Amino acid sequence: MDAIKTQGLTKYYGKARGVENLDLTVEQGDFFGFIGPNGAGKSTTIRTLLGLISPSAGSASVLGLDAVRDRTAILRRVGYLPSEAVFYGGMRVREVLKLSAELRRKDCAAEAARLCERLQLDPAARVGALSYGNRKKVGIVCALQAEPELLILDEPTGGLDPLMQREFFQILRERNETGTTVFLSSHVLSEVQRNCARAAVIRAGRIVACDRVEALSSAGAKRVTVHGAVDLNGLEGLRDRKDLEDGASFLYSGGMEALLKVLAAGRVTDLSVSEPDLEELFLHFYEGGEAK
Amino acid sequence: MTLVKHELRQGRVAFWVWTGVLAFLLATCVFLYPQMKGEMGQMNDLFASMGSFSDAFGMDKLNFGSLIGYYAVECSNTLGLGGAFFAALTAASALCGEEKNRTAEFLLTHPVSRTRIAAEKLISVLLRMLGMNLLVFAVSLASVAAIGEEIPWKELCLLHLAHCLMSLEIAGICFGVSAFLRGGSAGLGIGIAALFYAANLLANVTEKARFLKYLTPFGYCDGADLVSEGLAWPKLAVGLAMAAACILAAFVYYPRKDIH
Repeated sequence: MDAIKTQGLTKYYGKARGVENLDLTVEQGDFFGFIGPNGAGKSTTIRTLLGLISPSAGSASVLGLDAVRDRTAILRRVGYLPSEAVFYGGMRVREVLKLSAELRRKDCAAEAARLCERLQLDPAARVGALSYGNRKKVGIVCALQAEPELLILDEPTGGLDPLMQREFFQILRERNETGTTVFLSSHVLSEVQRNCARAAVIRAGRIVACDRVEALSSAGAKRVTVHGAVDLNGLEGLRDRKDLEDGASFLYSGGMEALLKVLAAGRVTDLSVSEPDLEELFLHFYEGGEAK
Repeated sequence: MTLVKHELRQGRVAFWVWTGVLAFLLATCVFLYPQMKGEMGQMNDLFASMGSFSDAFGMDKLNFGSLIGYYAVECSNTLGLGGAFFAALTAASALCGEEKNRTAEFLLTHPVSRTRIAAEKLISVLLRMLGMNLLVFAVSLASVAAIGEEIPWKELCLLHLAHCLMSLEIAGICFGVSAFLRGGSAGLGIGIAALFYAANLLANVTEKARFLKYLTPFGYCDGADLVSEGLAWPKLAVGLAMAAACILAAFVYYPRKDIH
């Protein structure tokens, strides 16, 4: 059974596009990254999965249940961290966590205490007085304390300092190892690259790539950095060229033979060929606003 | 009932402020009565001859020299307007307040059906209205007893029952409206309550607008009418039907509403 499956999912806000014909599959047990810039449709997809909004067309299912019809049953098994965690004014952290647990009809006190300790969150603090990062921690504990089967995290690390981000991802990895599916939306590519096994790239409401992170990172292309005098004009499969003081760096997805011929015809003083990182992949998919 | 408790906690400051202020104003009116009693008797003729102004506030039908006549105009207006505004403000933000305050993503991503959320929020609104009316009634009774007047049980009970029903009706209507809103609700709530009040004033002074008495809950809460004619059941039935229709609309629409 898939943890998340959307087929032809389309959502329009009046005339404005949210997502369009979005097909996405996340298997159970996955640590999945959902990458895209602001306005690409990440939050619309997540909101549809959680039943906050209804699709204009297509379908979405979570843990085998229909996102519209079985909304409450889905939410019983899902923990959600919104990109901006906002809570009721005047409440203390422990009251928010207790309310969240009571709404789930579960006693999560022990797990909440463990998580608060690991995230260095003071349960006695008033949520209204918390910094953005600490509010995020409250959201994290709310999402994790009931030990759900699926975690949907919308830009989870905003406001967290690097140490806390490390602890947070450590907790996520521990959960993932015990079978929890993690679906993480982000535009911080490095955190997806470091932590996720699979990822999908969304652009203008459509999935433009979905694969294992390593496969996406290479995407058939290599980052080539050449020093010396080489004429790269006419070389097919070259993109994202950056001219250096004594050479050039570029993404190359053409044939190796053609590349070697061009290099051999020039004067190469140094050469490196490496896997591109996800940042480069991201630019590759969004370069000029066009999917490649 | 987790949400009912939560809603009551969230609204407790507003509840105690409104209840306290209304109770204080009513008690003040009652405590002023012994001093005003003599003067009011002389002013009866004056009030009765003020034309449309007297008609609008029902002062042409009541004896200001009596406690109930004085109470029906002075206290009823205070309780009527105050109760209506409190009901409107509380109910108009009941459902849309979560979106406005950006807490909807927290509440609506917990495994609680939207129908249950609406039901528990409605219960909490109605409980606050009942609580406010009961407490104000108790303070009112105590105040009348404190000034040494005989408590006119029947009339006082009728007046407070009508005002309680009015706040429940306005709460029901504004609760229904709340389901369809996203942002600011306070202005609309106050506007609805003020519109109802103005409609009643208009109905009191113009024969042609008399039908408005059936559309505004102030129509069956008019102190003068209540004391002289009793509770107007047909007007009450229309009002409660309107509130029920609005609540039903909220329960139909809210579970399907897109939450932004």
